[in-house]
Amino acid sequence: MSTTKTATPIQAAEVITGTHVPKKRRPIKSYYPRSFFVPTVVLYVVLFAVPSVASFYFSLTRWSLFDSHFIGFDNFVEFFQNPQLYTSFIHTLIYAFITSGSKVIIGFFLAVLLTGSVVGRGYLRAVVFFPVLVSTIGVGFMFKSLLDPFHGMVNAVLGFFGLPQPGWFTDPHLAIYTIAAVDIWKGVGIATLIFMAGIVAIPHEYFEAAKIDGAGPWKILREITIPLSRPATATVIILSLIGGLRSFDIIWATTGGGPGFTSDVIASVIYKEYQAGFYGLSSAGNVVLFLVVTVIMVPLAYVLNRRQVEL
Amino acid sequence: MIRRGTRAWTAGITAIVVSVGVFLVPFVFVILQASKDPADASSLAFSWPQHWQFFANLRAVLQTNDGIIWRAFLNSAILTVTSVTIMVLLAAMAGYVLARRKSRWNALVNFFVLAGLIVPPAVVPTIWVLQRLHLFGTLPGMILIEATFGLSFSILLFRAFVGNIPRELDEAAVLDGAGPFRLFFRVVMPLLRPVVVTVVVVQAVFVFNDFAGPLYFLPGNEHATVQLTLFTFQSQNLSFYNLLYMDILLITIPPLIAYIFSNRQIVAGLTSGAIKG
Repeated sequence: MSTTKTATPIQAAEVITGTHVPKKRRPIKSYYPRSFFVPTVVLYVVLFAVPSVASFYFSLTRWSLFDSHFIGFDNFVEFFQNPQLYTSFIHTLIYAFITSGSKVIIGFFLAVLLTGSVVGRGYLRAVVFFPVLVSTIGVGFMFKSLLDPFHGMVNAVLGFFGLPQPGWFTDPHLAIYTIAAVDIWKGVGIATLIFMAGIVAIPHEYFEAAKIDGAGPWKILREITIPLSRPATATVIILSLIGGLRSFDIIWATTGGGPGFTSDVIASVIYKEYQAGFYGLSSAGNVVLFLVVTVIMVPLAYVLNRRQVEL
Repeated sequence: MIRRGTRAWTAGITAIVVSVGVFLVPFVFVILQASKDPADASSLAFSWPQHWQFFANLRAVLQTNDGIIWRAFLNSAILTVTSVTIMVLLAAMAGYVLARRKSRWNALVNFFVLAGLIVPPAVVPTIWVLQRLHLFGTLPGMILIEATFGLSFSILLFRAFVGNIPRELDEAAVLDGAGPFRLFFRVVMPLLRPVVVTVVVVQAVFVFNDFAGPLYFLPGNEHATVQLTLFTFQSQNLSFYNLLYMDILLITIPPLIAYIFSNRQIVAGLTSGAIKG
């Protein structure tokens, strides 16, 4: 936009000194040396790209870290035939969509509340964001105590009101949803923060004009706040989906994938197979996770508009 | 006007009441548990400690397993400080050149940066590479791993921020005779302060709280990081819930301090990157 006005250093020097500067200066472009990329590229290639590519090969082998035997797609067949393993695939999807969806909805409404004129705003902002800072493992252990089926505080309160007292982490049908709820509790602060920034960035005149035109709070929310927070929404969806699909820490701290394997996700299967010494199968799990993430994130990122995805 | 006021009040009071139940009670629970004696803590009840022994528990945690927590704090501190330093330096350089230098390679570079953000790291093959480099199970290896995994996110923030610094500044510096390195380290880098603070705090909290990384790439008690100490209290001393909660309390303090001191700048830095795109 300002290219026409921007003089090159040489031209500028000529203007300032009034003399003709010999053109031995390098063009401005070379003041941004490609060599600045070198350390980043080395780390990225050696510790990220090479292992990622290698995982495709090793997923097709029986592997002991020292030698590998090519066995074709046996690991993948094993992954999708063994119910202990393929259910992790389904759990991963359920978990990611529940946590991401809830973070978008709850985060948005919290952000609307916390950017408005509400009593105790500073306290509320701090308290919503605080769990983000706490160790995930610590949060997992904490909720394991609070949601203990027999001694936990939550069930004590429910029992006091004569309500059913579910085995939050011990009921096979419930465990994965309980973990998702804990994940939402811990992560909603980031979503709220991003939405708050998005809402604050909306020009104030829009709200005032809408009010003058007689729009109620609900209508303002629907017609102005929601559509204009689209970039923030895209960021929240993408970040929380990536996090949800890879989730491991909180599951490991609360149920370890149990009871049985009813709350196993792909990331926990990768760890379990690694622990058991099935390195090829573990890598196959990595490849499956890679494909799941790619198949979901790439079209989604495209739909949500490339510019906004780039954070 | 009055109606708006009442609504702000009712919404605020409701939110505060809910937040006390949802967010405050769990943290009060941690503090209460950390102050109880073992039998009292293992009942898991939300109750006032029968005997306050906060400092006795603190001493006990610090002495458990020959003071493993001291070593863990030292390991975590070294890991966090060095990996975040590497991350900031490399990501700032890369993000700066990426924002300034228009070339047809940029699209490809951007693709790899995004891939680094989205693609889950391949765990066992990474161990394999680390073994080949004789870095597996060593602190330097873990440092480089954390630095690598944090690069993409940091580069995105730096690139967005550099895009807002006027190019005229670079040209003025070049005119004054600054070379590429002087231009970056003396002129541009000081201007990046706000986003450096954001990256430092966000990544430091992330690395400090990282559990899966050390679990895979840094096995062994002598390399334990603070997150792994939680499991020593969970598995070995199953009946010592009071010490487990004291440990949770202890390892929450560093991220909390980091956040309190940089609260505003984090929000500003994150949003300049996250929303403008």
